[in-house]
Amino acid sequence: MLRFLLRRFIQAIVVMVVISIISFSIQSQIGDPTQQLLSPTVNQSERDALRETLGLNDPVMVQYWHFLQGVAKGDFGVSYFHKEPALALILDKLPATLELIVCTLVIMILVATPCGVVAAIHPRSLFSRAVMLISSLGISVPIFIIAILMVYVFSIQMQLMPSFGRGETVHVFGSWETGLLSKDGLAHLALPVFSLSIAIMPIFIRLIRAEMLEVLESDYIRFAWSKGLSSARIYFIHALKNTALPIITIGGIQTGTLIAYTIFTESIFQWPGMGFLFIEAVGRADTPLISAYLIVVGCIFVLTNTVVDLIYGLANPTVKFESHTL
Amino acid sequence: MSLLTVKNLNVAFRLGKQELPALMDVSFSLDRGERIAFVGESGAGKSILGFSIVNLISKPGYIQSGSIKLNKKEIIGLNRRQMQEIRGKRIAMIFQDPMMTLNPVLTIGQQLVEAIKSHTNITYRDAKNIAIEKLLSVQIASPERRFNQYPHELSGGMRQRVIIAAILLLNPDVIIADEPTTALDVTIQAEILQLLLEICKKNDVALILISHDLGIVSKVAERTLVMYAGRIVEEGPTLELINDPQHPYTQGLLNALPQMALPGQRLNQIKGSMPSLADRPSGCAFHNRCPYAMEKCKDQQPEFIHSGISTVSCFMIEEMLEEERNAQEGLL
Amino acid sequence: MIGHKHTDFTHPSHSSRLHHIWTGVIGDKLAIMVCAAFIFYCVVGMLAPLIAPYDVNSPDFVDLLNAEIAPYWISADERFLLGTDSQGRDLLSIILYGTRLSLTIGILAVAIQALIGICLGLISGYVGGRLDNFLMRFADVQLSFSTIMTAIVFLALFQTAFGINVYEDLAMFMLILVIGLAEWPLFARTVRASVLAEKQKEYVDAARIMGISKTRIMFRHILPNTLTPVLVIFTIQIANAIIAEAALSFLGLGMPSTDPSLGALISSGFRYLFSGAWWICVIPSVALIGLILVMNLLGDWLRDYLNPRTYKH
Repeated sequence: MLRFLLRRFIQAIVVMVVISIISFSIQSQIGDPTQQLLSPTVNQSERDALRETLGLNDPVMVQYWHFLQGVAKGDFGVSYFHKEPALALILDKLPATLELIVCTLVIMILVATPCGVVAAIHPRSLFSRAVMLISSLGISVPIFIIAILMVYVFSIQMQLMPSFGRGETVHVFGSWETGLLSKDGLAHLALPVFSLSIAIMPIFIRLIRAEMLEVLESDYIRFAWSKGLSSARIYFIHALKNTALPIITIGGIQTGTLIAYTIFTESIFQWPGMGFLFIEAVGRADTPLISAYLIVVGCIFVLTNTVVDLIYGLANPTVKFESHTL
Repeated sequence: MSLLTVKNLNVAFRLGKQELPALMDVSFSLDRGERIAFVGESGAGKSILGFSIVNLISKPGYIQSGSIKLNKKEIIGLNRRQMQEIRGKRIAMIFQDPMMTLNPVLTIGQQLVEAIKSHTNITYRDAKNIAIEKLLSVQIASPERRFNQYPHELSGGMRQRVIIAAILLLNPDVIIADEPTTALDVTIQAEILQLLLEICKKNDVALILISHDLGIVSKVAERTLVMYAGRIVEEGPTLELINDPQHPYTQGLLNALPQMALPGQRLNQIKGSMPSLADRPSGCAFHNRCPYAMEKCKDQQPEFIHSGISTVSCFMIEEMLEEERNAQEGLL
Repeated sequence: MIGHKHTDFTHPSHSSRLHHIWTGVIGDKLAIMVCAAFIFYCVVGMLAPLIAPYDVNSPDFVDLLNAEIAPYWISADERFLLGTDSQGRDLLSIILYGTRLSLTIGILAVAIQALIGICLGLISGYVGGRLDNFLMRFADVQLSFSTIMTAIVFLALFQTAFGINVYEDLAMFMLILVIGLAEWPLFARTVRASVLAEKQKEYVDAARIMGISKTRIMFRHILPNTLTPVLVIFTIQIANAIIAEAALSFLGLGMPSTDPSLGALISSGFRYLFSGAWWICVIPSVALIGLILVMNLLGDWLRDYLNPRTYKH
């Protein structure tokens, strides 16, 4: 276990160093902060003085060190546009994005798992064929078109659901604002979450079905049948547990895609999350905000991958956390 | 008294609109405590037969017609729940590869206890005690420890012992062992075989051994049935059959054994190979590989006749017997 | 001659059986339709400058007087079959050019993926050892970063670094490069797996014993045997590359909105969805989905058709 955590920790550090270098180079090398901070009328000597105080004339390594010190203290610089600390801005928007992701994951697990399992158990039934046809089509529809279609059908044509913003939010745990506790908030959540679910689900349904089909053909399932076990026990204990392993791995790999998809959904639904903030920042060349976003996303990425590895290790008895050969 | 009777069993695979016959008119019976073996090359339908008995043929295979009676009760057409009662409790199966037969994500204990609990209403503690007792009976040391281990922590031979313990849990009447030792090391093969034999004798369990290895068959089975292309072609007491094979295919199988060849001599392979499901020849399916094939072998299926040594389905034997009888009549 | 349970009756697996039914009932018709649609899209792409009613590059292509004209069957305006966008540009012409652009970027990007992937896969599989370990580990890590996320980040950085004007000039090149570099591991893995399988076979040993050089064995003997799975991935990856291009253009990180890109057109059309001008957004969406669907179906069909394990009679 210790060794596993250590290895994970080292990997995380490597990823974070790479991201921090990228963020640092965006902040220090791209654009001249003095142009952003001072009005064009300020003369050159004052400009140089500011450069000196900001440490922009120091060697790159020293600047990087200062940057890291700042990052360690949570100081990512001040957003050029919002004139507020970048990290605070991002963290402020984090709950909105996390709520999207978590709701999507819940819906996905609740819908994709049974669909995939049933499609594998009864591959010829009408339901399975319909599921497979829809998910084959779904793979060919890009996320932004799904979201646009949602807006067009449910907001514009049927006028059922609101198409932008988070609606009414409620404060919980101090600064966490949630849309999950009010009717209006849930209504606003519906379309973005459905869009994300529809976009990400076909891959998982196809995957679960394929894995399940393979597992069901295996000898240990036949042996389980030959022991006279009930079909429920065979499908949900023997087969699903084995199917889960590759799904968990793919799930970890899909984290990045899901975060990327939130950028699309948030910008279409004007969802006040960090993806929307990021795409606005790109448009405004707001470098501190961009680099803060990258670091936060990097943290989420490293964290989920570690958690996924842990779950995989717990679910798969052939993976040993404690090594006998240390 | 006959424990298991199979009559005119026909199994086919359905592919689109095609029906590919996999088993044709297979009939045999098995007495309580009797040990029989099915031999033949791969593709003969031995495994399909084993799975058909417990209705576990992989799709798109299905039983077309025939009857399988266990204790005089028909088991074809039983519903899922009734079949569940028979599987494991009355008829148990051992598979070829012990590395693949145990579920890798469940402990040995879980896989043993679930079998007991799905057939009887006893507490977990009692089920565990039975499981440990059975593990001991298949000579597994420290069963308490093994109980909590996962399959990957056990060796191949050990796993096959666990599997044997698992099928003994419910004291079945019949064990179907499908190539139980093929995937094991030679030294372990003998041990497992010995164990299987002892268990069958001790508990008066009937055994259906499916194998391609006549050496193993001769050690275990009292009666041997030879299969070719989905049909039984010869049936007889094992020793007699091996000493004096009647059907040309059985002869071919025996001649192909390495032990039968003289040093330096080429192995006597049967020429050609087992026809696939889709292109079974008409008549006697073996005629295109048979050295004694006659004209009528190509389009007629020979009946079973008793040769004095075995029951065999072959025109050549039929004619030989005819000639013998004529010669005897001539003498008289 | 040794019996092995799994070869007892080579019956097909579930999926190939489904496939078999599929081809038996409507498969061939479907395949023909997919191929026809594919050829149609290719022809449209190649001949876009000839068949488009307007020249998208001419300055009078934009005419605000014609803005937001509905398609012919609603507005009865014969000049614009599929209507016009907010700047009075003919939708049909943009969609034709946009298809051409999507296919070009898709094919070129996947060509880069394939080139890198095949070379690294061959080397990795054939040389083996530490190099193989390193390359495959690297491939894993790269795959674990989502392609679309990586592309968004890099294009966003590039845009911030060089400003929007420089970016717009280089957009197409950058898109091809970023999408091209992102997914080579798919090819590398597949090729490596085939190489490892082929390496076991006798003809490779025979070639080596005959003194044929390693590179020659790789390119002349092993490579041709790995091309089947590569072709399948190539087709499906084109679909993915087209999705990526459209998605990036939609976010404003791909082709500039003045260029005839489907993604950019959908993005600009989205703003007019609320004012009732649905066609600016919906019609190019349909065209894009059709193109992606055709590539995906073609890939699926190729995979089933070329798969040696598939049961055939």
